Amino acid sequence: MTFKTISSAALAAVLATAGVMTAGAQHITGAGASFPNPIYSKWFAEYSASHPGVQINYQSVGSGAGIRQVSEKTVDFGASDGPMTDEQLAASKQKLVHIPTVLGAVVPVYNIPGAAKELRFSPDVIADIYLGKITKWNDPRIVKDNPGISLPDHGILPVYRSDGSGTTYIFTDYLSKVSPDFQKKIGKSTSVKWPLGIGQKGNEGVAGMVHNSAYSFGYVELIYALQNKMEYGFVKNSSGKWLKASVEGVTAAAAADAKGMPADYRVSITNAPGNDSYPIASFTWLLIPQHFDDAAKGKVMVDFLNWMLTKGEGEVSALSYAPLPKAVAASVAKTIKTIQ
Amino acid sequence: MNEPNLISLPPTPVAQSVSPENPTGAPDLPPPAPSAIRKFLNSKSSGRVPDGAFRGLMFVCALSIFLIVLLILFVLISSSKLSIHTFGFKFFTGTTWDPVSGDFGALPFIYGTVVSSLLAVAMAVPLALLVAIFLLEICPQFLRGPISFLTELLAAIPSVVYGLWGVFVLVPIIRDQAGPVLEKYLGWTGFFVEPNFGVGMFAASVILAIMIFPVISSISRDVMRVVPPSQREAALALGATRWEMIRISILRNSRIGIVGSVILGLGRALGETLAVTMVIGNHPDIMKNLFAPAYTLSSVIANEFTEATGDLYLSALIEIGLALFLVTIVVNAIARLLVWAVTRNNSAVAH
Amino acid sequence: MNPLLVRSENTERMLNLRRKISNHLVTALAVVATLVVLVPLIAILGYLLYKGFSSLNLAFFTKPPAPVGEEGGGMANAIVGSGVILALASAMGIPLGIGAGVYLAEYGRGTWLATAIRFTADVLNGVPSIVMGIAAYSLIVAKQHHFSGFAGGVALAIMMVPTITRTTEEMLGTVPQMVREAALGLGIPKWRTVISISLRTASPGIITGCMLAFARVAGETAPLLFTALGNQFFGVNLNQPMAALPLQIFAYAVSPYDEWHRLAWAGALVLIVMIMVSVTLVRIFTARGALKGGQH
Repeated sequence: MTFKTISSAALAAVLATAGVMTAGAQHITGAGASFPNPIYSKWFAEYSASHPGVQINYQSVGSGAGIRQVSEKTVDFGASDGPMTDEQLAASKQKLVHIPTVLGAVVPVYNIPGAAKELRFSPDVIADIYLGKITKWNDPRIVKDNPGISLPDHGILPVYRSDGSGTTYIFTDYLSKVSPDFQKKIGKSTSVKWPLGIGQKGNEGVAGMVHNSAYSFGYVELIYALQNKMEYGFVKNSSGKWLKASVEGVTAAAAADAKGMPADYRVSITNAPGNDSYPIASFTWLLIPQHFDDAAKGKVMVDFLNWMLTKGEGEVSALSYAPLPKAVAASVAKTIKTIQ
Repeated sequence: MNEPNLISLPPTPVAQSVSPENPTGAPDLPPPAPSAIRKFLNSKSSGRVPDGAFRGLMFVCALSIFLIVLLILFVLISSSKLSIHTFGFKFFTGTTWDPVSGDFGALPFIYGTVVSSLLAVAMAVPLALLVAIFLLEICPQFLRGPISFLTELLAAIPSVVYGLWGVFVLVPIIRDQAGPVLEKYLGWTGFFVEPNFGVGMFAASVILAIMIFPVISSISRDVMRVVPPSQREAALALGATRWEMIRISILRNSRIGIVGSVILGLGRALGETLAVTMVIGNHPDIMKNLFAPAYTLSSVIANEFTEATGDLYLSALIEIGLALFLVTIVVNAIARLLVWAVTRNNSAVAH
Repeated sequence: MNPLLVRSENTERMLNLRRKISNHLVTALAVVATLVVLVPLIAILGYLLYKGFSSLNLAFFTKPPAPVGEEGGGMANAIVGSGVILALASAMGIPLGIGAGVYLAEYGRGTWLATAIRFTADVLNGVPSIVMGIAAYSLIVAKQHHFSGFAGGVALAIMMVPTITRTTEEMLGTVPQMVREAALGLGIPKWRTVISISLRTASPGIITGCMLAFARVAGETAPLLFTALGNQFFGVNLNQPMAALPLQIFAYAVSPYDEWHRLAWAGALVLIVMIMVSVTLVRIFTARGALKGGQH
């Protein structure tokens, strides 16, 4: 009796699940960078809402995962804040196109209870905090950049990304440019070997840890700092000017470097020249297969990308990302046409 | 428990008709002598073909367990071949984990896993045993139900929820309240030294201790409960105090099961992933200071598995998975051997 | 009086005192230990109830998550996703586990093969869930070229099997041999005997085993990270990435958003209540069924 009920329940469950496996609708799955996740999740929610029957599921699992999973063809598209390297492109199981979507800034965030706002961090100080050479908040070099601000005699807890991360790529790319020591000891990549600190998963994780831990220091995308009302510092740019991250600063950095934009869009704009260029800025890319195995998916993807260039780009400033410079957007529109 | 030889079924016509060498029960065997009753029964409840098929089906189920484990082992070994070839045994003694230069060593993760699990066991076992004794021998009847219900409820809480609690409750407590006290009184040992940010080895061990506590406590209580009342009464009749009775008749008789429960707890702690990942700080370093962040085998897989770009990186991560897998097998085997050894020497005691 | 006797009386008194003291000491220790343990116990459960209940609202059960950083939204898709994945896992894991248990108890008893399988089941039981995730990723996701709820279900099903197998075997072992012999003596084929007599007699215990296995995997996150992946949309399509409560709780717990923390607590409460309710329901059902069947 009891056994029959159980087994018939199990059977019903099998049948039900088999039934739903055949349900329709166009599902597209993407995964990757958490840096643009706030704007992507908004885009995909809006696009899906205005296009019934289409669901674009984006999981913010880190740029490294975006690169690896789209190369393995386990997701339909990837996303990364660090452009793929030549080796990574060669190792991929399908030909991929980089489509720049927005520009963003990485900001140094900190949590010092009771301390004055608006701290300044020169590039070498940031590098040396992560190298373990500056360990206290009242280190003379931090004090020198912040005259008149009393800093506590407390250890600094550097927080970094434990997952493969494009934010880490941008950050280490920048620090490698400004600190030869950093380049030699750590280097740039989506995952690096940090000599100290604690690791957290995703921009969300780092922001969460800094948010919840006194005397910590971390790096996150600007929007994460803004949405959580976290303190983030000024950074000295290549012209020696102190800048707080802003849409304008990122746009200026993009403009300064846009002339040198290569055809495949793989460009680094950290430490860009120019008076108003915020130094830790970057494009972020969608990694789209040149040729979709499923033509219907390819069509939806192309339609989405066009929607993004026209409608989507208008919404990015509200979330403190910078839209693509006009020249770049025009050439991206051409690239989209080549995707099948 | 029945002895195996008592179990073998008496031969019956139906059972005999399926030869043990032929588990699928091919119908080409000569049928038994027909009788009216047999015919009736066969037509009512079908005959040998389903019998053989059923046996075959059950056999396939059982065999699939074997195959699943082999498949897991095969996948782990074949996918970690590159790393095994590149690093050899050095993989387990190397202390660098550097995806940029492609140098991978697992020692910090092994250290993190082993130390956090052992600390957790060290914290949980005395408490779990004392609570088991309290519930069994001291606790007033009306409290027994609620308290044991609470401890069992703890076992039903998923790992991720412990992590959630750890991040928002335990970590701040360790950072702001417990940490300074520990540092003041035990700082001289070198185990509790500033800077203490709450997250780290100590937080992970405490979370693990709480997680394995219900396992150890409830199993050892079950084991203690089955000690025959005559044993207790004998000890009490000889004038033993309650503690002496517990020590002589209960603890001694149930120590096999207690060891088993401890090892079960250890096994759970070794493989635990999410809760630990959320509070341990995820930094591969070998530090004596328990306030320092650390990293475990399972956490590094959880953090880096989906995004490891490059074959060697991925292969190294899977080798970590393989190491974890082998460690759990060894722990299980040790538990088994221990129990076997103890039961053999005290067969009179074991039931 | 004999001085020797006096001395021995003294030592005896001393000894008795020591015994008494140690007795009281241990009693006190046990009481203190229980109090020490009860504090975090109640703290965890109380905090969970408090945070969870204060964060629950209707939207939690009816809405999928809102885009990052926006207010509102719920975990409806994750609740459905967890339900689907667990149903699939149970549909695969329970029959397989029971079948293996039947083989061990009814057919393979005493053979080396049964011993080997029993040992493998114990090994499988000890495999850390994260390793199961790697295996499911390599065997299903990488081969099929997409993340899916199906892969998550398979990983959880495999984790359910050893517990069910071992309890089934144990419970069948408690069925009196006489009952089986009586059935076989009546000429009932063995397979009918196993199903209608042995399994039925042992069913309350077996069902408890199934529930234990279910409760164990219901909260698992690690094997789903690399298989079900997560999904911000409603979906019951097993070929697609699927949301699950534990995944969502993890993602929200490590996030910096207060709104998401709130949702994570609510999710944790719902997850635990789901586990408790399903376990209790089956307990009630089986208790009734067993009574009707006139067993135990």
